[in-house]
Amino acid sequence: MNTPALKDWPLWEVFVRSKQGLEHKHCGSLHAADPAQALRMARDVYTRRQEGVSIWVVPSMAITASNPDDKGELFDPAADKIYRHPTFYQIPEEVGHM
Amino acid sequence: MSKAPNDYLLHLADNAVVLGQRLAEWCGHGPILEEDLALANVSLDLIGQARLLYQLTASRMGGRASEDRLAYFRDDSEFLNYTLLELPNHGPLVGYAAAEMDYATTIVRNFLYSALMVLLWDELQQSADADLAAIAAKSLKEARYHLHHSADWLIKFGDGTEESHVRAQAALDHLWRYTEEFWTPSSTEEAAIANGSGVDVRSLRQAWDALVADALATATLKRPEARGYIPEGKHGRHSEHLSYLLGEMQSLARAHPDGNW
Repeated sequence: MNTPALKDWPLWEVFVRSKQGLEHKHCGSLHAADPAQALRMARDVYTRRQEGVSIWVVPSMAITASNPDDKGELFDPAADKIYRHPTFYQIPEEVGHM
Repeated sequence: MSKAPNDYLLHLADNAVVLGQRLAEWCGHGPILEEDLALANVSLDLIGQARLLYQLTASRMGGRASEDRLAYFRDDSEFLNYTLLELPNHGPLVGYAAAEMDYATTIVRNFLYSALMVLLWDELQQSADADLAAIAAKSLKEARYHLHHSADWLIKFGDGTEESHVRAQAALDHLWRYTEEFWTPSSTEEAAIANGSGVDVRSLRQAWDALVADALATATLKRPEARGYIPEGKHGRHSEHLSYLLGEMQSLARAHPDGNW
């Protein structure tokens, strides 16, 4: 009996990589006492229908999120800078799909 | 290919279906959502194993035999499951007590049984009965997960709060004696060993003991002493709990025989 009992289990964010997918995608969150249990529960909750071949769990506490109130200053200035999209270049045929 | 005796297949199938039915009682009543889903997953794994085994047995019996007839139209004394698996999801109660589902009992039982099944399915992959070997290979992966799930909780309960420790130890003390049944082969098991289709459970005991001792040590739980009583569920002699379990499980199929929906 070395570890103190937790009254409330921490929250974990769950990321699952599907068979075809190259990257892990956020698919939800759950409460669990420790990382191993969070993984197990993520398996039971989020991969019951063969959704995944790999799971990540991350303590929600470890995620620093942008503040929705800052949306204007963070994202709006990009709205009128369409030249940042690579749509003004001719792509040579040999390059193929990019 | 030597075939496993039908009763050997039924023993394995009945184990799976009876525990699957017990665990299904938690569906919608789990202590937390994630556990509710986890136990339903375990239950469905077990029912899946039972279906494969019943289908195989029925195909060998021929005639009117079918997986549904084997699961729903045999009576309690024809079931060959371990007594351990039919016990309720709570410890012994006095007659007038209101039954309360106990998660420690459920978890300890799953742990004791899946610790056996990871060893048994592993060995059965080499069964002289190729159909049984194939079912074993599929079931082994499931049993490994069931063992992880239950061992994780066993350790959290045992090495948890004072109350969780007491309840885990009580569940262990209650259920331990029923594991004695694992280690004495029935005549069906002897026949399966003799033709190479079955596994001698006695050869698994040392590995099971080590596996269980390891988890119990981490969980700070005390291994109880067996007291000489050897249950005989796999011989078809059961506790009264199986009759009620089957009463519920079989009622629909018996009210609407051969119904389809």
